[in-house]
Amino acid sequence: MAEILAISVTGLVKTYSARSVPSRSGAARAEGSRGPGRRGRRSSAAPSLRPAPFTEVSTTPAPFAAPAGRGAPSEGRIRAVDNLSLSVPVGSVTALLGPNGAGKTTTVEICEGFRRADAGEVRILGLDPIGDAVALRPRVGVMLQAGGMYPGARAGEMLRLVAAHHRHPLDPAALLDRLGLTDSAGTPFRRLSGGQQQRLSLAMAVVGRPELVFLDEPTAGLDVAGRRTTWELIEELRTAGVTVVLTTHAMDEAERLADQVIIINRGRVVAVGSPAELTRGGAEGQLRFRAPTGLELGKLLLALPEGTTAHEGPVGHYLVQGTVDPQLLAAVTAWCAGNGVLAEDLRVEQRTLEDVFVELTGSELAS
Amino acid sequence: MTAADDLGSPSGPGSYRPAAGHTGAGLLDLRPAPAAATRARMFAAQTRLELILTLRRGESVLLTMIIPIGLLAFFTAVDVLPSGAEKSVDFLVPGVLALAVMSTAFTGQAIATGFERSYGVLKRLGATPLPRSILLAGKTAAVLAVEVIQLVLLVAVGFALGWDPAGGAGAVPSVLALLVLGTAAFSGLGLLMAGTLRAEATLAAANGVYLLLLLIGGVVFPLSKLPGWLRAIAEVLPTAALSDGLRDVLADGSGPGVRNLVVLAVWAVVTLGLAARTFRWE
Repeated sequence: MAEILAISVTGLVKTYSARSVPSRSGAARAEGSRGPGRRGRRSSAAPSLRPAPFTEVSTTPAPFAAPAGRGAPSEGRIRAVDNLSLSVPVGSVTALLGPNGAGKTTTVEICEGFRRADAGEVRILGLDPIGDAVALRPRVGVMLQAGGMYPGARAGEMLRLVAAHHRHPLDPAALLDRLGLTDSAGTPFRRLSGGQQQRLSLAMAVVGRPELVFLDEPTAGLDVAGRRTTWELIEELRTAGVTVVLTTHAMDEAERLADQVIIINRGRVVAVGSPAELTRGGAEGQLRFRAPTGLELGKLLLALPEGTTAHEGPVGHYLVQGTVDPQLLAAVTAWCAGNGVLAEDLRVEQRTLEDVFVELTGSELAS
Repeated sequence: MTAADDLGSPSGPGSYRPAAGHTGAGLLDLRPAPAAATRARMFAAQTRLELILTLRRGESVLLTMIIPIGLLAFFTAVDVLPSGAEKSVDFLVPGVLALAVMSTAFTGQAIATGFERSYGVLKRLGATPLPRSILLAGKTAAVLAVEVIQLVLLVAVGFALGWDPAGGAGAVPSVLALLVLGTAAFSGLGLLMAGTLRAEATLAAANGVYLLLLLIGGVVFPLSKLPGWLRAIAEVLPTAALSDGLRDVLADGSGPGVRNLVVLAVWAVVTLGLAARTFRWE
């Protein structure tokens, strides 16, 4: 049975003249990597630029040293989105992950009908985002990256206004309550904190009980409680059968929420898959330990499964790469014991989504 | 379950699954039920919020209520204006009514809409089922509602100051026609600016034009006092046409004057047409 698609994007191209690249609207927000510190676990070996399973558009990955950014200008125009294809199944949570300027927001805004693509086909719930806008608007909820509110309107007024545009809206008071905004309902938008503005914006996206919601960086700038509240709501949306598309810089967010992660870089999809598929990456893992220098690694490898590699990096620092499972760990420690070697600092390292991301895009998430 | 309970639940930051003791899940029925509200409901909601926001803005109340009433009271009490033989209040009320229409339909609306555009409000609302026509209709209805409040206040203050309008009840249709045409012309001009200029530029231009039209619009002194060349310009501007027309009806007891109606109608058609063509929503 064919999968039912909420979104189907094929060969999307969007260029901007170099002078009119859209900037983030509204006040700049603090942005940065909000993932837990994982830097120490990143592989220091040369990245293996391997597309993840189910990569639909397998492209040459960005040169490792290239700055994260939009595609190269051609004829004075900048390719924000460059032959991008993706699909989103109904009822799933999809995270678009990518560095700043990767084309995430442009892609989302084309799907929302805010921008017109230069080329490519976009179907949202089977419809055209611009031509069928009237039919789509009640069915699609939108959370912009910033702004979008009457500056003098109070939080409750703004949400009730959007609720009044829909026939069967959620109860605005209950929704404010759920998002921890009850005490802020009477506060004008411009006096809400950044996190309160974000949560109000999320409320406005879902109040009309849409089938599909686009959340552009829903947790940027939120504190821990705000993130948790937002994540819980997104989980509940999925449970209720709502399709969710979110953009994020936050690896842990994508890892926890998303059924499907789409990594975008320089206007292209570089990898698609579930967080597990992407991080498994062929069950790749590694084992590190310290021991006296000059171990005979060739003999070690004889004790290990086919396809495993071992290197001594810096003097006395060893790296074993392959399918890291209990048997491998046991084999390595047994071999060390048999040779009278005490392995110190022995660590098993799995690839994180962040590792995958860095390998594929050559850039840090934070900016 | 209250928000405090929700936020204060003991589960740590890592417990994101709704099943993890989240008892409030039944509170919100998130299952999709998409449908647009009726146009009447959307229109009522837009009008109501636009009106509340306008009356809440201090600068807007200053511009639309306090300045016109202050001008009327001041120039009635301090008879410095060369308004001829007639009582100054009889001369002033029609001019100040024109000023009131201009301040609401043009200055206030241009500034508010310009900032709504720059804050992404218009873009955001464009993603809801709200049609743009109803967004604009709501704005217009709010402008008309503010004008009714202005009219009531200014007429009351005018009567208190001894205003003696000419024409009687027969003047009402002419006055309404002038006010509606004037509102259309000024709204068109305001939306034309708000839809094309940056918000800050709109703010400056709207205030500048307000001051200019206050001075040469026949609001507080008659056009006949202007030098000939300036008068020729002023006469084709909407403020003068509106104040002149209102004065013809309310002070002289005559008709509104064909030229005044034509000037207002041309401004309305041209500016609304241009605004419709050039308005950028974000």
